[in-house]
This record gives sequence, structure tokens and C-alpha cells, in this order.
Amino acid sequence: MPTISRDEVAHLARLARLAVTEEELDLFAGQLEVILTSVARVGEVAAADVPPTTHAVGLTDVYRADVPRPGLTQQQALSGAYATEDGRFRVPRILDES
Amino acid sequence: MTRLTRWSAAELAARIHAQDITSVEVTRAHLDRIAAVDSALHAFLHIDGEVALAAAAAVDDGLRRGDPPASPLAGVPLALKDVFTTADMPTTCGSRMLQGWRPPYDATVTRRLREAGVVIVGKTNMDEFAMGSSTENSAFGPTHNPWDLDRVPGGSGGGSAAAVAAFEVPLAVGTDTGGSIRQPSAVTGTVGVKPTYGGVSRYGLVAFSSSLDQGGPVARTVLDAALLHEVIGGYDPLDSTSIDAPVPPLVHAARVGARGDLTGVRVGVVSQFRGDGYQPGVVRAFEVAVRRLRELGAQVVEVSCPSFDHALPAYYLIAPSECSSNLARFDGMRYGLRVGDNGSRSAEEVMSLTREAGFGAEVKRRIMLGTYALSAGYYDAYYGQAQKVRTLIIRDFVAAFERVDVLVSPTTPTTAFRIGERVDDPLAMYLSDLCTIPANLAGNAALSVPAGLSDEDGLPVGLQVMAPALADDRAYRVAAAYEVARDAADGGPLAHRVPDLEVVGR
Amino acid sequence: MTAALLGYDEVLARFEPVLGLEVHVELSTATKMFCGCTNVFGTPPNTQVCPTCLGLPGALPVLNAVAVESAMRIGLALNCSIAPWCRFARKNYFYPDMPKNFQTSQYDEPIAVDGSLAVQLSDGSMFTVAIERAHMEEDTGKSLHVGGADGRIHGASHSLLDYNRAGVPLIEVVTKPIEGAGARAPEIARAYVTALRDLLRALDVSDVRMDQGSMRCDANVSLMPRGSSTFGTRTETKNVNSLRSVERAVRYEMCRQAAVLVSGGEIVQETRHFDEAGGTTSAGRRKETSEDYRYFPEPDLVPIAPSDERVARLRATLPELPRQRRARAQAEWDLSDLELRDLVNAGALDLIAATVDAGARAADARSWWVNYLSQEANSRGVELADLPITPKQLARVIALVDEGALTNNLARQVVDGVLGQEGEPDEVVAAHGLAVVSDDSALTAAVEQALAAAPDIADKIRGGKVAAAGAIVGAVMKATGGQANAQRVRELVLALVSA
Repeated sequence: MPTISRDEVAHLARLARLAVTEEELDLFAGQLEVILTSVARVGEVAAADVPPTTHAVGLTDVYRADVPRPGLTQQQALSGAYATEDGRFRVPRILDES
Repeated sequence: MTRLTRWSAAELAARIHAQDITSVEVTRAHLDRIAAVDSALHAFLHIDGEVALAAAAAVDDGLRRGDPPASPLAGVPLALKDVFTTADMPTTCGSRMLQGWRPPYDATVTRRLREAGVVIVGKTNMDEFAMGSSTENSAFGPTHNPWDLDRVPGGSGGGSAAAVAAFEVPLAVGTDTGGSIRQPSAVTGTVGVKPTYGGVSRYGLVAFSSSLDQGGPVARTVLDAALLHEVIGGYDPLDSTSIDAPVPPLVHAARVGARGDLTGVRVGVVSQFRGDGYQPGVVRAFEVAVRRLRELGAQVVEVSCPSFDHALPAYYLIAPSECSSNLARFDGMRYGLRVGDNGSRSAEEVMSLTREAGFGAEVKRRIMLGTYALSAGYYDAYYGQAQKVRTLIIRDFVAAFERVDVLVSPTTPTTAFRIGERVDDPLAMYLSDLCTIPANLAGNAALSVPAGLSDEDGLPVGLQVMAPALADDRAYRVAAAYEVARDAADGGPLAHRVPDLEVVGR
Repeated sequence: MTAALLGYDEVLARFEPVLGLEVHVELSTATKMFCGCTNVFGTPPNTQVCPTCLGLPGALPVLNAVAVESAMRIGLALNCSIAPWCRFARKNYFYPDMPKNFQTSQYDEPIAVDGSLAVQLSDGSMFTVAIERAHMEEDTGKSLHVGGADGRIHGASHSLLDYNRAGVPLIEVVTKPIEGAGARAPEIARAYVTALRDLLRALDVSDVRMDQGSMRCDANVSLMPRGSSTFGTRTETKNVNSLRSVERAVRYEMCRQAAVLVSGGEIVQETRHFDEAGGTTSAGRRKETSEDYRYFPEPDLVPIAPSDERVARLRATLPELPRQRRARAQAEWDLSDLELRDLVNAGALDLIAATVDAGARAADARSWWVNYLSQEANSRGVELADLPITPKQLARVIALVDEGALTNNLARQVVDGVLGQEGEPDEVVAAHGLAVVSDDSALTAAVEQALAAAPDIADKIRGGKVAAAGAIVGAVMKATGGQANAQRVRELVLALVSA
């Protein structure tokens, strides 16, 4: 039976970029455990020889010709931005290279 | 109530195209209806009468010039779930994160509706990012069920279903990831269809769970749903998962079905969808519906699909996993909400504060659940296993469709529950989608057609008809036949028995 | 730090280096990987974007057919097997230059695996580098850090994002661990990247401009104590952006790591940055735990399943690859092994061949690349191939000389103009009026003027001293800035004097 600690919830929240509150840590720890317990039975169902299905429809090889298609203007691209500068999206300082 | 709003889309279109009435009159009648009742319902997040009337006038002008109608639905008003992008209206997905966001592009569904001359009157309320079964997860407040304003209209597409049920519009478009079209339709007494995965373009449909999401029609009659399905369906080169084949003849199937003969059609009743947790009135209504199918000439047999029992847990791993990735883009950097940018915080901090403030509890819960399920070390046990369950469910469907043409079940185990009743109990909420999820996991077609009222609470019950992938027409035929028999037995359409909201008031 | 470095010989006496090279190549397709936005370098910010590459809600990817074909051709040219079935995955992590906060990339199912590339070293010997995989992915946008020193990330007040590059198709070619290189490890690293660049250029799938970032190399280096067979902890030096830097970065890392190990320290698994000016590397992001990228198959794309026939067809269309071309060039141009090696080392052979392909004579092409352009590359401190002149442009200049439209002197001025990014050779000729003047009316006037200015010489010529005409020709050449056709001037002088 999966158990989820507050620390694990905090780790998940960090991975998911959610600045959760202390109260949420408790709430989500409890709820995630309940949900995971109830879904854990999928692990008992399918045998190793069952292939996974990622796509309901079995298409392969769907391509686009390498032909330009009009995109957005700079103004349209930036239209939803919180802040812009010199035709670029202005964002808070970035801490480190990826 | 203006009589025009009581008409079906097919009737309205015929009268508009015959120039007996104008699209502007029809649109105005619906806008008036919205103005009269939506304060009680809150089915809409955005209404744009000007845009709608301009679109209606354009249809009327064309007809006056003698142009043929752009489509069989040209001039008919429609409400669009606020999860499809629209260049002339905001698109919020029911989230604070996107409050006021105006996309610079139209979804393919939006574009097709415009090209078909369908008049988009506004955007409908929904559970935030389509996650929920009650529309209570909308950041902008819940939608009320027109059958009982204290109850939910289902979800996530409660706004679309309520708008159609309350005669605010004859047609709406919804999206169905685990039942978000069918379950609201069931609890509001409307027809809702989840097309075969790949049948309706997802381009411009803000993704919740990419491998499950599918747009589809909401209407008050099976024929109207078929007409709308043919307008929005079909191949789209902008969606790699779009099926490059003609849309099956849905309108034809609905018309054939309406003749009321199902002789030779084999119908399977799914044994798994009964028993504990099913409201007795729902089960009784379902049994009456099955009896009607038999009376129409269908051969009804019991079919067991044992893997369907595992559909719900598999879904609650797959959908959150995909959503955790799909919703990562909402970080306050390029569009939408930004919180905490005080000039000294880093981008990373601002992202976290924005996402914390911009998402509601259910969305956060699912993002964390998905983040967990995809994590190294858990992937095989959760996401990997869930994808295998998906294979088993497909196998069950394949085996079933060797024996029968369609499968039927109640659409949802209960009638509409009270607002607030399940908000603190995610698992109870998730059970609403018990019967609808298998079709999403397998990708095949399924619809919900009203199956009378539950005898204990007088609320609508839905009959779910499931068909193989690419055989959406089969479900339409069976549902149309059933609809005719039901209306004959009841002495009129179920949809017309909804309480008159102007009398109910609020 | 530098003071503690060990001598190179001592490093090798105690350790065996193990290399791993990851090269990212931007494909020169007309459009991006997953959308129809144009793929052009250097346009104004956020003008080559659409809902898909901006990661707008609702937008979806559709795979570029030519990008997939290029990936397969690269795989085949690297002797890889092409996967009969493969997919894209999502690599999930948050970073502002990534519009979706996941990168659509191939993870455990790359399109090409298990290949090799034979590279030639300066002594003429060959070394075979085993290729682990070549896979497809999308590039990120670019961030500009404002308010700090020199646009550096540290101390910046805010950042600006341009997504023109987001979604540009990338192929990542990853080697297997390169062992047994010993002292030649830095040279092998450079030779490998050079060979890969030449191969990609022959395939015509990328601009392979390291200076513009269309080819980027990450070098993984670790050291094993002599006698051990367990790999040491590796560092990854990112974005080394010239061939010379590849060699320097590997050598520096070997010396640095050896110094750390010898003094009893431990190598930290980390990303390091190469400092071009100092020739050193510095620590970047520390990889505390292995990143949890939560990979899963990209649900918005469908699998790629090329048939055997399709792969065979692509294989048949591969052009002559550098090794074959070299063998042919040696035979056709009658080069000694030594001459061939020098041309290869100078990075000139493929350029000469391409210039010949564009219509020039081998001797002319060779002369330009080996002499004038090599000097130019040296003085600029860049690789020959990175000079901003293409073989096609050079072939045009040579053709203009052959036609008599340019003198050799003028041709050099035209080449300088092209190198100065003034445009195509014909544009440079037009802009500077560099063409040889053969127009008789203009020349006649100049000759008459020169004769009038020097009546004594005119008399000498008339008196039969034809050799004196040279002085007049010289005066005319001077007056026309060297653009006159000297032969024609001479004819005119003689004609006018005797008239």
C-alpha cells in the first residue's frame, strides 16, 4: 500500500513548481494516499506479457511537408505576455543555465 | 419563453435556410433567453451578443443573396466550451490562470463552426482545465442544473450541457476525457457524444489528457448532435492523431434510426455496470430503456467486460500523468497570470507562486498525482501498468464487438448530486465517470441519450451507447431509434419537461 | 586551480581518459520540427513563431517529414541501424526558454542506433569512434540576461526571451565511451567532431556552423587510473563552440581532473562551461541527484515506423561521403599521401571538392583554399570552413577570372567583399565597380589622356619603339585603379599612336 509523506508531497510540489502551503501539504498527503491506494490495484491486473497502449488509434508515420506556413506576428506572439521588452518576453531573472 | 428557443437545431436551420425566419431573429431569441436565465444557471463564462449577431447577419445576407447555406447548421446559435481557443473571445478553461486570456488563434473546431456559418454566442463554464465531474471546480463559480438549481449539471462540461438543457442554445460543443460530455448530458437530459478518438480535431482544444481528450456535440436531439458532429468532425492535418478518413454517415444513421426499427441489431448490456453504488432509480430507468430497445427489434444479450472494473484506476493514473505535463506550460512567463514578480524573485520562484495561485485544488491534486506516477521508480508500477490495463480494456471491447454491434449501460451511476455534496471527497467525485471511462481509454465512440427520469428524484438518467472506433454511426442509429420510442411512450421529448426557469427564478 | 594542473605526460602516465561526445546539430530544414514556422537564423525576435512553437494552450505538433528523413540519412551515413519503430517522448522540466516546459525528444527509442565513424588523425592513421545513437529533438528558445555584467546570468535583474529558435529540429549524435585514446584523446575529440561536421555537410542536412550554434558539442571526460577498468566520475563540458575548443576543453579537463585525483580529491559529476579566452572550464550546475525528467511517450505524436524499402531507398540516395570523396580526390587530382593529409588537416579537401563540383578547376580551387583563404582563416583564428564564403561563391569568382571579367588582383578584392559579408560575388563586383574595364570608349579616353600627358613617349612609340607603350599602359592602369584590361589598353595605345 503506497504511503505518501509530507516530504514526498513537498518534493512533488517542487518538481511541479507549486508553492504549496503547509496546510496543503497535509491535505494533499492524505488525499494522494487515498487515491493512490485505490488506484494501486492496476499493478495486480496486467501481466508482463500485455503490451502497453499509449494511443487508442493505431496510426503511424503522420508527417507534414517541410513547407512554411504563416505563423504569428511579433505583436500577436507577445499579446498575452505579462511584460515585454524589445520584442521579447520579459521574465524575472533566471537562476541558472539548464 | 420564446418559442423559437424550443426548436431543434434541425428545425431552426430549415426555417432559416427557407428564409421564413432570420438567423438574427433566432440568435436574438437565444440571447434574450440567456439574459433571462443565465444569472440563475451560470452556464456561460463569456457571452458576446455583438459577435454573434454579426455572424448571424452574415448568414442572413448570404441567404438573401441566394448563396446556398454554408452547412446544414448555418445560422444556428451554439455555445462553445471554454476550452477551445477563439481569437475573438477569451479562453479561460475555467481557470484563474487564464482569466482574460485572448488566444491569437482559433481552434480547428472553432474555425469549422465559423466556416459552417454556425453562430457562436459565447463560451461555457467548465471544471478548471476540464478536471471534474460537477463544474464546481470552475474558478468562476459553479453552474447550476436547470432541472434542480441546487444540483450540479455534471462536469466537466456542465456549462455546455446546462445551456442546451435550459434552451439557452440548441447546440453546444463539449470535450470528453473521461465522460465530460456524456455525464453532464446524462444528468441534464441532453444528448452528448464522445466521437471516436481522432474523429474531431484537438488542435486548439486546451489539452487535459492528450491521449483521451475528444471534442464532441451536445444537443437536445440525436439528429441535432449528428448534424453538429458532421460539421466539427473530420481530418485535420494540424492534429497528428486525427483520422484521415471521411466522417461516418452520422446524419443518415440518425435518420435511419428515427424510423424506429432496430431489427437485427445486436445490443450488449455490460454486466459490470450495475450493483453497488448504482442508484436504484437509475437502474430502473436503464432497464426500461433496454426493454424499449428490445421492443424496437434489437437482440439484447448480456456481455461481460471484466477489465472495465480497472478502467477507473487506470484512468486516474493516465489522465493526471498527461495533465501534469500538459499543464506545465502555465507558468506565468508568456501568457496568463503572473504572481509574485516583485523585481527580486527569480523566474523559478515566480513560476511556483503563479502556479500555486492560478490553479485550484483539484488541478493541483492531479498535477501532483501525475508527477508521482511518472517519476523514475514509480513509472512502471503506475503509468506503465495503467497503459497495460488500457490494452486489456481494448481487448474486452474487441471481444464484445465480435458478439454485439453496440454496448449499453447507464451513463453515470447516479442522477445529479447536490452542489457541495462531493467537493471534499475526490474519490466519490471520480465515481461519476465509472461507466464512461472505458470508451476514452479504448478510443471508441460513445454517446449518452436521455433515458427518462429516475422515479425516486425525478431527475434525468442517461443511456450510454458505445460503438467500435470509427463506427460512431451505429451509436447514432440506436440512440435515434430509442429516442423516438421514448418520446412516443412519454408523449413528448424529455428535454421539454425541464422546469421553466423564468418561473422558478432565483 | 591552473597552478595545480599536472603536466600532460604525467596525466597520461597515471590515467587513461575516457571520452563521450554529444553533438547537437540544427537541421537546415525550411521549417521547424513540429510546425510550419520558418527555420532561419538571425531574424528579429519572436517573428518566427506560431501557437505550436510558442507552446500556446491547445496547439499541437506535427512532425516535419524532411527532418525525419534527414535523421535517417544521418543515421545511415553513420552506419547505424534505423529503428523499424520509434517514438518521441516528453522530457519534463521547467525552464523559461522552453515554451511547454517539456522538451519533445527521443528518449529510449531513438531513430538510429549502433553506428561508427572512422576519423583520420594528423599522422594519417585512422581511429574508429563507435556511435551509440542519433536521435531527434527540438531546440529551445534563447534567453538574454539583462542588468548583469556582459549579459551573464549571474547578477542579471531580469531576462528576455526570444522563441525563434524554439522548435528548430535538432539531431543529437552520441558516441559510445571512447576508450584507449590515451594521449591522442583531445585530438581524437577534435577529429571526430571535424569528421562529423564534414559528413553532415556532405549530406547537406545542416549549416554545421559552430560559430552560430548550428552545431554544438558537449564533451564528457573522465579518467581511469592506469590498470583499472572502472570508469571514473565524468564531467560534461557544455557548448564547446569551435573545433579547436573541443581539443582544448578535453585536454584541460584531463589535466584538471588528474590534478584533483592526484591530490586526493574527488571528481564531482557536474556540468562545466568552457572559457574560450582562458582555455579553461568552470563548474556550472551541480547535478545533486540525477534529474527526474518524468519521460513518457509523447501522446500528441504517433510512432515512426519506416519500412525496410523506405530505408533502402534513402540509403541509395546518400551522396558520396567524405571518406569516399577523399579517395577519389587523391586519385583524380594526383595527390601524394602527404599532400592529401595536409589538405585534410587544413580542412581544405572537402571545400576544394565542393568548389570543383561548383565548376572550378581543381588547381584553381586548391590554390585559393590553401593559400589566400587559409591565411585569412589563420588571421581570423577560425576554421577554413567557418569562413563566411561558400565553395559555390568561390567558384563564381574563379569563373569571373576565367571569363576575363576579373584580374587576380580584383578577384581577391571580390573575395574580401564576400568575406566581409557584402553579398554574392556579382553583388560585390557591382557595388565596388570592380569589373575589368574593357569598354573601348572609356579606355580610349584614358589612353588619349595618357598620350597627351606624355608626348615624348608617344613619339618614341611612333618611332618604332613599341616597348615604350608599357609606360602608357601603366599610366592608364594607374588612372583606372587597375581595373582596365591591360591587353586591350596596349592594343588601343598602338592603334591610337599609329592613327
